[in-house]
Amino acid sequence: MTTEVEAPPPAKESSPKEDGFLTLFLKNLWSANTVTVTVLSIFLALVVGAVLMVVSDSEVLAKFAYFTSRPSDALQASWDLISGAYADLFKGAFFDPASFSAWFDGTGTWQAAFGPVSETLTYATPLVFTGLAVAIAFRGGLFNIGGQGQAVMGCVFGGVAGFAFHLPPGLHLIVALLFGLIGGALWGFIPGFLKARTGAHEVITSIMLNYTATLFLGWLILQSGVQDPERSDAISKTIATTAELPALPAPLRVHLGIVLAVVATAAVAWLINRSSFGFELRAVGVNPPAAKTAGMSVARTYTLLMVVAGGLAGLGGATQVLGTADKLTAQVAGNIGFDGLLVALLGRNKPWGTLFAAILYGALRAGGNLMQVDIGISLELVTVLQALIVIFIAAPAMVKAIFQLRAARSARLGASMSKGW
Amino acid sequence: MSQVSTATVEDLTGVDAPDRFWNRERRLGAGVTIIGLVAAFIFGPLAESKTARFTLSTDATGAALSINGQLGTILFGLIAVVLGVVMLTGRAKRWQTLLLCLGIAAFVLSFLCWQVAGKFMPLVDTLSGSVEYALPLVLGALAGVLGERSGVVNVAIEGQFLMGAFGAALVGTLATSVWAGLISAMIGGLIIAAMLAVLAIKFLVDQVVVGTVLNLFALGITGFLYERLMQPNALKYNQPPQLPRWEIPGLADIPVLGPVLFHTNVLVWIALILVFVIHFALKGTRWGLRTRAVGEHPTAADTVGVRVRGLRYLNVMVGGLIAGAGGAYFTLVSTGAFNKNMTAGAGFIALAALIFGRWTPFGALGAALFFGFAQKLAYFLSVAGSPVPNQFLNMLPYIATIVAVAGLVGRVRAPAADGVPYVKS
Repeated sequence: MTTEVEAPPPAKESSPKEDGFLTLFLKNLWSANTVTVTVLSIFLALVVGAVLMVVSDSEVLAKFAYFTSRPSDALQASWDLISGAYADLFKGAFFDPASFSAWFDGTGTWQAAFGPVSETLTYATPLVFTGLAVAIAFRGGLFNIGGQGQAVMGCVFGGVAGFAFHLPPGLHLIVALLFGLIGGALWGFIPGFLKARTGAHEVITSIMLNYTATLFLGWLILQSGVQDPERSDAISKTIATTAELPALPAPLRVHLGIVLAVVATAAVAWLINRSSFGFELRAVGVNPPAAKTAGMSVARTYTLLMVVAGGLAGLGGATQVLGTADKLTAQVAGNIGFDGLLVALLGRNKPWGTLFAAILYGALRAGGNLMQVDIGISLELVTVLQALIVIFIAAPAMVKAIFQLRAARSARLGASMSKGW
Repeated sequence: MSQVSTATVEDLTGVDAPDRFWNRERRLGAGVTIIGLVAAFIFGPLAESKTARFTLSTDATGAALSINGQLGTILFGLIAVVLGVVMLTGRAKRWQTLLLCLGIAAFVLSFLCWQVAGKFMPLVDTLSGSVEYALPLVLGALAGVLGERSGVVNVAIEGQFLMGAFGAALVGTLATSVWAGLISAMIGGLIIAAMLAVLAIKFLVDQVVVGTVLNLFALGITGFLYERLMQPNALKYNQPPQLPRWEIPGLADIPVLGPVLFHTNVLVWIALILVFVIHFALKGTRWGLRTRAVGEHPTAADTVGVRVRGLRYLNVMVGGLIAGAGGAYFTLVSTGAFNKNMTAGAGFIALAALIFGRWTPFGALGAALFFGFAQKLAYFLSVAGSPVPNQFLNMLPYIATIVAVAGLVGRVRAPAADGVPYVKS
C-alpha cells in the first residue's frame, strides 16, 4: 500500500489563447479566488471596525448631531479618527517612515526602525504553533478548541523546567522546550483519548480543560518553590538565562522562536503531506468509516493526532515563556490559544497558510498596541477585526455576493468541514 | 451523512459487542465501587469525628439534620460501594440509571460529611444558590435544544450570553428600567443568533466553527464597547437596576423548597415555564413535530412540504432570544455590572448540559441543576475554609462536565441532521 498521495493533477488551463496576460490577470482579480476573498475579507473587517470606532466616540457622534447643516464637520472628524487609528495600526506593525528617515539622518537607531517588524514577529511566534495545533487537528476531522489549555500547560512545564533545573546553556533550552511540548501533549492526550474511547466530543472536553489548566496555573504560581520569594503577588521565579531563547539586542524582542516556528511549519507540512501518519489522519478526517474499512485504527489516529496537536500548542506556550515573558504569571499565555484557532481558519488549515496568517495576526496585535497607546483605541478592536476577518473568510459565498465577484474556475472555497457533532 | 456526538468510535466500527462481560453497566458499577471505596477508606479516616449539621434554613439556626462527620463519611461511602457491587453483578439492568444516580449521590453526601464535620451547611442557601447558578445554564441549554432539534448546532451560546449581559447592562442603565434591560438582552442574543443562522443556513459555513468564531466576535465587541463606554463612565452606562425578587404568598412558606422556588427573581420562573412549554410543544404541537422532522430527516420533511430553512431560522432566532435572557442573569441578577468576559465559559457548560441532558428540555434542566450544584458547592466550600485549595474547588464544575460528557452520558444520539446544512437538490 502506498503511503503517499499524489497531489491531484493541476486543473487544465483551458483559457483561450487570444486573452492577453493583462486581461487574464484582471479577470482573475475579480473572481472569487482565495487571494481575492482574503483581501476583501480584511477590507470588510476594517470597514466594520471603522464604523465601530465612530459610533463609540462621543465627540464624533456629537458632530453627527448637526450632520444635515454641516456634514463636513462630522465627516472630517470621522476621517481623522479612522485614518489616525489605521495609520497607527500600520506603523506599529510594519514600519514607521519617520523612524526610517531618522535612521538615515543619523538621528535615530536601526533598532527603532525595525522595532515594529520585531514586535510583529514576536507576537506571531506563539500563534504559529497554536495555529498549527488547530490546523493539523482539523485535517484529521477534530476541532481542537483546547489550544489555550495546551499552551498554558506548555507555559507551565516549560517555565518550571526553565527555572527549576540547572543545566548548561543550550541543553537547558532544549530540555525546557521539550518539557513544554510534553505538557501540551499531555493536555491534548486527554480529549483525544476520551474522544477515541468514549466518544465525548472534543469541543466540550477541551474547553473544560482550558479552564482547568488556567486554574491550575493560578494555583501553581502561588506555591513556595515556584513563586518568586521576593514578591507577594502571583508571579513565579525568573527563567534561568541558560534556558532563554536567544534574542536580538534589547529594545528588539524578536527571538529564536520565530525560526523554530518556521521549522515547525515545515515539519507539520511534511507530516501531513508526506508521512504515513499524515495519510492516515487525512483519511480519517475525510471519512472515518472508510478509513476503518481500509484497516486504519480511527481511535489510535484520534489519540495520536491530539497528542501531536497538544505538543505543538505546548511548544507555543514554551516559546512564549522562554522567549518573551521570562516568568509565569496568571496571564502569561494571554489569548494565544484562541487566536491560534482564528489563525488556522484564516490559513485554511494549511501549514504555510497558517504561518502567514499568524504573521498577519501578529501584525494586527503589534499595531493594535501602538493604536491603544497613541490614540486610546482599545486593543479589543483588534479582537473584533480578527474574528470578523475569519467570519468573512469562512463564508466566501457572502463576500462573493457583497462584491459581485464572478465565480472562479478552480478555486475550492468551501468551508473547511461541514459536518455536525 | 450524519455524525453522532457521543457515539463512541467503536460505534462507528462495530467493535463493541453488546454481550461482552465488561459492558457499560459493569464498567459503571466498577466506577461507582471505586469512588465508594475512596470515600469510605480515604475520606473516612481524614474526616473529623464531629457533628456535621445540615440546617434547613439560610444560616446556622433552626431545625437541622445532623450526623457524626466521620460516621457519615464512612456510611455513605459504604452505601456507594454496595450500589456499585449490585451494578457489577449485572442483575439489575432495569434499575441501572437509578442505581448510578444513587451511587453518585451517596458519594457526594460522603464528601459533604467529610467537609462539613464540625461545621454546618445551610440547605436552603445551597439549593437556592444552585438554582441561581443553574439559571443561565437552563436558558442557554434550552436555546441549544431549539436549534439542535431542528438541525443547527449552536456553539455560540457563550456569545449570546455575553451580548445579552452587555445589552442588559447598557440599555438597563440608560433607560433605568430593568425590563428594558431584559428585552435588550434578548435582542443582544438575537443579534448573534441571526448571524449564526445566516452563516450556517444560508452560507453553509461549518456550524461549530462559526459558533466558535462568533463567540470570539462577541467577546471582542463587548470588550471594545466596555472599554470605550463603560469603563470611562460607569455611572452613565454600567449601573443597571436589579431584577426584583418576588414572593408568592403561601407557597413561599413551604419548608426548603418554598423559599428556593417561590421567593426568587422572575427569570427563574420564566426558565421553568419555558422548560415545560418547550417540552410539550416539541411532543405535541405541529411546530414540534416539524422541528423534529427537520432535525432528523430534512429531505423527508421537505418532501411533505415543510419549509426546512425557514423553520431552522425561526428556531435559532427564538433560541437567541432565550439565550439572551440567560445572559441578562449575569448583569441583572448576579453581579450588577458588566465586565469583560464575565460569562467565563457558562455558555459552554450550557452546551454540555444540553448534551448531558440528551437534547431534551427536562434533561437539560436536570443537567443544569447538577452543574449549578457543583458551582455552588465549590463556592460554599471555599468560603467554609476547606483544606482543598480554592482553585481546585473552582475546577469542580469543569471536571464534573468532562466526567459527565465522557462517562455518564452513554449512548446518546444527537438529532440525525444536527449540524448538517440543508441544500435543496
